[in-house]
Amino acid sequence: MSATPEARSDAVWSAQGTTPDAIEAALRQLLIEVHSEHDNYVPARVLNMIAFVDREWTGEIANRLRGVGRYHASRLVVLAYEPRRERLDARVMITSEGETEPGELALLHETVVVELGDRHLDDLLTIADPLVVTDLPTLLWAPHGHHEIAAELLALSQAVLVDSVEEPIAHEALDRACSLASQAYVVDLAWLRTTPWRERVAASFDPPSLRRELQTITSATVRHHPASTVAAMLLSGWLASRLQWRASPLVAHGDALVGRAHGSRQDVSLRLEAAPELLVPGLESLTLETASGRTLRLARGRGGLHAHSRDARGQEHEWTIPGASRGERGVLGEGIRQALLRDPTYVPALKAARAMVA
Amino acid sequence: MAVLAGHPTGEPMPENPLTAGLERLPVAPTTLVIFGATGDLARRKLLPALYNLAHEGALPERFHLVGVSRKEKENEDYREECEQAIRRFSRRPPDEDVLGSLLENVKYVPGTFDEDSVYSELRQALDDFERQDGAPLNRAFYLSTAPAFFPVIVEQLGKSELAQHENGEVRVIIEKPFGTTLGEARELNRHVLAIFDETQIFRIDHYLGKETVQNMMAFRFANGMFEPLWNRNYIDSVQITAAEDLGIGSRADYYDSSGALRDLIQNHMLQLLCHVAMEPPVSFTAEEVRNEKVKVLQAIPQPTEAEIPEMAVHAQYGPGHAGGDDVPGYLEEEGVPESSNTETYAALRLEVDNWRWAGVPFYLRTGKRLARKITEIAVTLKPVPHLAFSQDGSLGVQPNQLVLTLQPNEGVSLRLGAKIPGTRMIIRPVNMEFQYGTAFLSQSPEAYERLITDAMRGDATLFTRNDEVESQWRICDPIVKYWAHTNPRQHGPLPSYEAGSQGPKEADGLLRDGDRWRAI
Repeated sequence: MSATPEARSDAVWSAQGTTPDAIEAALRQLLIEVHSEHDNYVPARVLNMIAFVDREWTGEIANRLRGVGRYHASRLVVLAYEPRRERLDARVMITSEGETEPGELALLHETVVVELGDRHLDDLLTIADPLVVTDLPTLLWAPHGHHEIAAELLALSQAVLVDSVEEPIAHEALDRACSLASQAYVVDLAWLRTTPWRERVAASFDPPSLRRELQTITSATVRHHPASTVAAMLLSGWLASRLQWRASPLVAHGDALVGRAHGSRQDVSLRLEAAPELLVPGLESLTLETASGRTLRLARGRGGLHAHSRDARGQEHEWTIPGASRGERGVLGEGIRQALLRDPTYVPALKAARAMVA
Repeated sequence: MAVLAGHPTGEPMPENPLTAGLERLPVAPTTLVIFGATGDLARRKLLPALYNLAHEGALPERFHLVGVSRKEKENEDYREECEQAIRRFSRRPPDEDVLGSLLENVKYVPGTFDEDSVYSELRQALDDFERQDGAPLNRAFYLSTAPAFFPVIVEQLGKSELAQHENGEVRVIIEKPFGTTLGEARELNRHVLAIFDETQIFRIDHYLGKETVQNMMAFRFANGMFEPLWNRNYIDSVQITAAEDLGIGSRADYYDSSGALRDLIQNHMLQLLCHVAMEPPVSFTAEEVRNEKVKVLQAIPQPTEAEIPEMAVHAQYGPGHAGGDDVPGYLEEEGVPESSNTETYAALRLEVDNWRWAGVPFYLRTGKRLARKITEIAVTLKPVPHLAFSQDGSLGVQPNQLVLTLQPNEGVSLRLGAKIPGTRMIIRPVNMEFQYGTAFLSQSPEAYERLITDAMRGDATLFTRNDEVESQWRICDPIVKYWAHTNPRQHGPLPSYEAGSQGPKEADGLLRDGDRWRAI
């Protein structure tokens, strides 16, 4: 598995029936060799990423990581799990992003793939530990489930990458994210899909004349891809936590979840509605209404979000807020980048979202 | 709900609780007007920067663009020009939908900058956008024209009552050069300040928008280990270099009337010096940061005529070799007058006369067609007071040197003494290196992306204040005048240096005994 697409300088090592110490020694040796060949090749030192994956799906994971571009972790440790495997096999690849210009640096990325089985799970921590760069933050990702096994690796990790929309049951997704958040910093791709929406709602109500109306919101309707209910809940949870609404559990009403939240001045009607016409995961639109009769609707569209507003006098305006879609690969890349940041608003939004689920 | 003071209406402004945790803070709805909309800067930098902001969803929620320039053309033609410029110069390939949505409503106002009709048409365009949006829009006027037009445009904006807006903010962004002498800078400030308040004025020095320059603040003020050493007791000298390996290219017209001192030292390099020498600001607000920078500039004595030959060197590149090719000298470059006396190299030795820096020389040098392209700040520490080791057989124990490289490979390097492996205690210098590129995932945005956003947001931290500009000129103006009036018959011809070299040997004359220029 090589996760860097346009590698120009590759150094590879592999061994069967190996040990973590031997893998680590091979990594060090390869780095020395590559650097001595070209002294402008230098190892990136940003972030470790441990991916615990099913061995048969390592190709799919490699494809997903190829799309993250410059947000590739500097050292990726893939623990490829195959239950019946008896032997520890490993491959180490060191790749650079491209040809170097004279006087310029070329960054090296390291990928370590360790194939392991059930018999290695008791020692998982001692297998992974020597392979991460000491003093760099480590991001843990277990995209194929195996939550209990991956939980062992939390001891090595400062951040954990999840995608709450991938869990089939919303409350389990939210419970799991809450539980992880008490042990590490959680980067939730479902939350990151709401970022442009959160930025635009914040901007729409930022003019001084409109800030007061934030406290008078009477209804919030989120339309979402049928599989992205959790993203819609997180967006509603964000509104609730930032605007200090106390949300009650939502109830199913046809294709929608509906309910109320208690604001400081009035109740807020909440509606999360599946949008089967939406072909990609994420949100389709957000509509907010205020007590004055103002309505703001933001909807996914070509070239950005399409906004429609109606003020208290009934005057309507439409405009487009430019912005390129990041795509799923862009969202994953953003997730890796976010492992180095801290967003203080996720956990309150998550807890508020959890309160909306019975 | 928390309430912020200071809203222009006098009414307390409630906080926006939705902005917490967002990396990109909202920018108020704005119409940006570019004067000089068909010029090189607009095509190469401003339009691509606007596209990239749009791509990232970082433009204001409602954003409109108006181009103003002399050439007669229709809105549609101007949109097409914008599109071509973005396709050619954007740092990323444009997304067709985003590009379409950015340019959809762009308007163009043709005419010369002194015509009243231009401003009435402009007002009409601005009002139309507000009517269309049903909301007041801030206005930002970007003066991307030749400097001679700055006072004309500003005066016309005042005359046509576009310098104030009842329901929004009005800002004016002024490109460099802000004057070519102290007198011109003062005159321009007088003109601009007669129409706009200082808080409305954003003087661009695009160096300040570079991540690398902003990183210097983080380096100094987010790391406790350097501050105790950052003074005359431990620092021996500071050397700031901005070297170019290229010649003047097709910029002869501009460059020959400017020269190295005005082009780089008066603005960019003095900014770097300020970042090295300033006291820690109380907070990172525009006023606090700029107050500290102005204090540094004010602590640099204005050179007298008698001192200038001892503290300033200028030179011109002659023919030489660069990148394995023969290259012409400055006087042989296309468009350069045969008798030009314009310096392509300038070096200064400055002192910052304050408690922290008294007696520490600050060496500044810049030049075209030098050995390679590099911008760096080298801080040399004082040697150890007593050396217990023999220096026989070694390169010697050299003072520690901290080098902040701004380009091409942004990083920090610290020169230390280390023992050479073996049975004897022989020391040689080694470098401990840190490269920013190895430690961050994100790509740095273009300086103009940051600066345009900050100006629209009204954050002036990375812009130059009027007293800052005048203080810069107070230092450089006597040198500019002295060099302009230097009689070659009396003082000999302008020194020259071979293209591709380290610069003129005369620059060595600025150094204190024992000091050396770092190799470029």
